[in-house]
Amino acid sequence: MNSIPLTHILFVSTALFCIGMYGLFTRRNMITMLMSIELMLNSVNINFVAFNKYLWPEKLDGIFFTLFIITIAAAEAAIAIAIIINLYRSHNSIDVEDATELKY
Amino acid sequence: MEAAAIIFYLISAFILGAGILAVTTRKIFRSAIWLLFSLVGIAALYFWLQVEFIAAVQIIVYVGGIVVLIIFSIFLTQQSGKEMAKPVTRRALFGILAVVFGLALIYSLIARHGFAEQATRPFGVTVDAIGTQMLSTTDHGFILPFEVVSMLLLASMIGCIVIAMKSRNTGPELQEPAGGKLMIHADFTSNQTDKEA
Repeated sequence: MNSIPLTHILFVSTALFCIGMYGLFTRRNMITMLMSIELMLNSVNINFVAFNKYLWPEKLDGIFFTLFIITIAAAEAAIAIAIIINLYRSHNSIDVEDATELKY
Repeated sequence: MEAAAIIFYLISAFILGAGILAVTTRKIFRSAIWLLFSLVGIAALYFWLQVEFIAAVQIIVYVGGIVVLIIFSIFLTQQSGKEMAKPVTRRALFGILAVVFGLALIYSLIARHGFAEQATRPFGVTVDAIGTQMLSTTDHGFILPFEVVSMLLLASMIGCIVIAMKSRNTGPELQEPAGGKLMIHADFTSNQTDKEA
């Protein structure tokens, strides 16, 4: 178990965060952008759990942060999908380039 | 190399490969399925880190909840067989540049920072320890965030219903179903009058 240093786990989570960032930059469909945000939130969760395990193994704070982040991510995904469905009803498209009512 | 290390690198490669495919594939349904694989891989990483409770929560909430919600919204809003438009080349190029430089910067910071690892003590997360600390009102208890997050969940649930609810009397396209409903009503009353007669 201790054969893996902490930096390798941090590298995995950093790479996952950057993958999510790339998806957020290139995609223009709202659902795929939401999926990229989920990837980024998950990479943060990996960081919290790894820090808790390797640096403060007698405490549980990282575990609690992960639990609350998962809860808030679920609420955020539900709200985002409600907004996406409402937008699709009024615009017939969920491309962010088409939602320009607030632009000017 | 130990077996645990090999398993860790396999899980990491699986997570990253599925993540890359999730953000680059051009069919949106496949993208959701690759996201599902990536989330399952992250749950496997939690199992490898010996935090089984977080792994179970990850599977239940993400795989069982959020991905299913995303797939449903794809079915509601998209033609899932159709390919999405390719990202603009300039945007993709600069996205890759930003990601590579950000990764290099963060990795150089991580590699240079020496973490004082004290993993000699065992790390055991039992569910009763989590539950006790979650609901304790002492100094290190998490009862206040627990209650606040429950209020947040209630508010988001009501907000979802309100946002996604169909408004009854706005928009000219809703005139037609209103007429249909009237006709059904008329049929019903005529049936009733027939029965009475």
